[in-house]
Amino acid sequence: MSRIGVFICYCGSNIAGTVDVEAVAEMARTLPDVVHVETNKYTCSDPGQEGVRNAIISHEIDRVVVAACSPRMHEPTWRKLLADTPVNPYMLEVANIREQCSWVHKDREVATAKAMDLVKMAVAKVARLQPLHSTEIPVHKKALVIGGGIAGMQTALDIADAGFKVTIVERETSLGGKMVMLDKTFPTMDCSACICTPKMSEVGNHPNITVKSYSEVENVSGYIGNFEVTIREKAKYIDYNLCTGCGACETKCPQKVVNDFEQGMSERTAIYKMFPQAVPAKPVIDAAHCRKLAQGKCGVCAKVCPTGAINYEDEDKLTTETYGAVVFATGYKLIDWKPLYPEYGGGAYPDVITGLQFERLVNASGPTEGHILRPSDNSEPKDVVIIKCVGSRDPNKGKAYCSRACCMYSAKHAHQYLDKVPDGRCYVFYMDVRTPGKGYDEFYMNTLHDGAQYIRGRVSKIYQEGGKLICKGEDTLTSQQVTVEADMVVLETAMVPADGIDELAAKFTVGRDADSWLVEAHAKLRPVETNTAGIYLAGTCQGPKDIPDSVCQAGAAASKVIGLLNKDVLQSNPQISHVNEAICQGDGACVGICPYGAIQIVQKTFRENSRKVTRPVAQVNPGLCQGCGACTVTCRAGAMDLLGYTNESIMREVDALCQW
Amino acid sequence: MMKYAYFPGCSAETTGKSFTISTSYVADKIGVELVEIPDWNCCGTSAAALTSPELAVALPARSLAISERELPGLDVVAPCAGCYRSLKASLAYARESQENRDQIKRIINAPYEAKADVLTLLEVFESDDVREAITAKVQRKLRCLKVACYYGCAMVRPADVCECDNVEDPQQMDELMRLIGAEPVSWAFKTECCGAAQQMTVPVQAKPMIERIFQNAAANGADCIVTSCPLCMLNLDMREAEINAARVARGEEPFDIPCYYFTELIGLAMGAEPDEVGIGIHFHPAKTLLLQRELDALELEYAENEARAAEERKKAEMAAKIAAKKAEKAAKAAAAKSTDVAAEAEEVAR
Repeated sequence: MSRIGVFICYCGSNIAGTVDVEAVAEMARTLPDVVHVETNKYTCSDPGQEGVRNAIISHEIDRVVVAACSPRMHEPTWRKLLADTPVNPYMLEVANIREQCSWVHKDREVATAKAMDLVKMAVAKVARLQPLHSTEIPVHKKALVIGGGIAGMQTALDIADAGFKVTIVERETSLGGKMVMLDKTFPTMDCSACICTPKMSEVGNHPNITVKSYSEVENVSGYIGNFEVTIREKAKYIDYNLCTGCGACETKCPQKVVNDFEQGMSERTAIYKMFPQAVPAKPVIDAAHCRKLAQGKCGVCAKVCPTGAINYEDEDKLTTETYGAVVFATGYKLIDWKPLYPEYGGGAYPDVITGLQFERLVNASGPTEGHILRPSDNSEPKDVVIIKCVGSRDPNKGKAYCSRACCMYSAKHAHQYLDKVPDGRCYVFYMDVRTPGKGYDEFYMNTLHDGAQYIRGRVSKIYQEGGKLICKGEDTLTSQQVTVEADMVVLETAMVPADGIDELAAKFTVGRDADSWLVEAHAKLRPVETNTAGIYLAGTCQGPKDIPDSVCQAGAAASKVIGLLNKDVLQSNPQISHVNEAICQGDGACVGICPYGAIQIVQKTFRENSRKVTRPVAQVNPGLCQGCGACTVTCRAGAMDLLGYTNESIMREVDALCQW
Repeated sequence: MMKYAYFPGCSAETTGKSFTISTSYVADKIGVELVEIPDWNCCGTSAAALTSPELAVALPARSLAISERELPGLDVVAPCAGCYRSLKASLAYARESQENRDQIKRIINAPYEAKADVLTLLEVFESDDVREAITAKVQRKLRCLKVACYYGCAMVRPADVCECDNVEDPQQMDELMRLIGAEPVSWAFKTECCGAAQQMTVPVQAKPMIERIFQNAAANGADCIVTSCPLCMLNLDMREAEINAARVARGEEPFDIPCYYFTELIGLAMGAEPDEVGIGIHFHPAKTLLLQRELDALELEYAENEARAAEERKKAEMAAKIAAKKAEKAAKAAAAKSTDVAAEAEEVAR
């Protein structure tokens, strides 16, 4: 015989304004096993909670129904309260009579009847609940950061400074990501490399940080506190213990390859460092282009290397380690605009470049040593058109979202161009100018004062005639067609997630949105966590951001990781799936549906009808299971049960609702 | 023998006469039979769409329904790009749902199941069979002729109706031109609007649309423009003189860019006289360029033959030299051998 206490909240007038709380209480008193019913103006307040605690003691209550706001709001509060009482914290049911009742109804009578139903259901369910207990999960005090751009580096530094070991996996040959390609950063016009490269060397030299460059995550298993991660370090063909980074090999290598770091605007050698300040400051051999590796002839680098560090026999190396927490900082790339915008030439015109190419052109260490020269003939462009929102805010051709940083960096590009080419003219085609941020609008205004011509409208076509790029568009403020004869066009293209994000996120069972940005656990309240416990987000892998926001989020993710790694053990969530092995068919339907990879089929031996039988059954990994319940509805045999939401308790709720 | 239902459209016997003449010339040669849809009617063009959306769908649907009944199993060819767009839009609407087909049936008072496809002439010419047939029939390649292939807007847009995957830079006509030896230039106005009927209603705004098409073709080194749409052709060919007059008045160079239907050029390559395929009835003089390029092609051919002959002579000389050297070597070796033999004999004798 259970003893149920029902606590119904007025929530000031939030509930009581629409629901007749006293009538609900009167009804609740008639329900089976209910020994105490109490109403309160604010049950969640300190005196309210005290009242609940006293009632539990004095009425010897063993299970509790709270009819109040959404369990998303205060369920943790009630659990915490029950932990101090003889009642098990999971012998609790919250009837949501605010968000799902009083707030959405106007008719008092209807709302009161609905509140009564909700309370009836909760009472029916709570009567069937079983006490649940958390278990302890050990925490490996080491973090993995995937991606060595500014967000990854900042996260790693913050975690490492707090005294924990961190490994950064970076798939390029150097740390730095996109930021190190940029020339200057808005709105302060700091030299990007000057603020990024010190961070890179700090990361490279930090005693708590291991940098695995030219490496990718191969495989993952485990769960929060215990992620077992296999990392593939691609063959570098150079022994980093011997290499001094002298660069002799790079000067002698005869093979020229298009330089991706310079956005295709110059060449590098087949043995290369991405850029002079690379960390690690040692080269790798690009196996696809190396003459020795591809054709078996050459071997110049081995001849000139003073330390004998070149090893053409090198192979990929796999290492497996256990990490307590993982941070995604995988960043972005620019959308491939060429197939999407044939009306801009689709890549046929060399002087139609992207913003990132412009960054390299204007950069003192770029292919033109900072002189703005157009790629086709190395002449200084006197008329430059900048087009914003190429691929952004264009659901027909590109992405529906705003890429957020482009308004500012296009203003920066205009400013830089007008600064370096004083007799030049700069036209910026825009849809809107969005400059929320400290010092941002002032920066934009400054660019206007520099003389940049902002034209509100999109460019419909670019074509080449007589050495000029003719840009046709519309000025929507005057409803006039506009034609600008430009020498160079800069397309400020959309940010999209980095290559391979889908596969990587699937390995960690991290959710993605329709555009493959990684999804945070809650857009407002849990912005750096993912739905998979122990995995966090930093920077643009979550969505387009500028540098300050990326660094901010990196710090936030680091603080979450530090909080986690500071614990020796974690309390597991006991509301997870449970297999009734007696009726499990072992068909694996649950394995396929589980978004967290928490279920596997194992062979188990049972004694059935006094015979030993070995058959497959499902097994739930309690560390991975997040209690979503997908398996319970998939299981045809009904063998899967979500503890705290058992099939039986839910059927009781339905029964209670159907008793008129 | 390939067989199609043929929707001539209103331009076939009027403004687009040379398109019709050249199309039937080429079709005959390559064995494509075009069977005119009996009692076809106006496709509705832009006027129907402005009047009512139902009319825009129903007018073309009537002709298509007749074709379905009288010429079952035949796809419909509409050489005029405007007709094609109207018919295709109607077809797409009918294929959307049974409800739409029922609605059409009610309006035109005849069943229409939207079975047959609607094709442009370029799509018919896209098939490997037709390409092979053209290649087989080509008598003289139109070498040295630099053509700007102009598709116009109606065959590619709306992209989802026309099922076109390259609205900015379509290639079918370019490929056909290569097949007959002409050189398609790469230019930026392939699918730009010619101004269409606006040339009559708002000529002040629409005239520059034509001018910049000529401008871009000229800037990219084209000798002529090749079209597949009677309205594009009319607008370009007929108004080139007006545009040139205006340019001369402004002190600018006039254009001399004749326009052709792609079928006219294919006909020429198959050995037709210009008048046989309608080139004689263009507004802008269109024969001189062809003669000039024919001469250029002959000259080029002559030069190529000369070069080839010279190359062969050179090769023969080299071969002769090598042979002579080889013979010399062999003779020397033989002589050496014979002296050896003699010496040996002497030794033996001794």
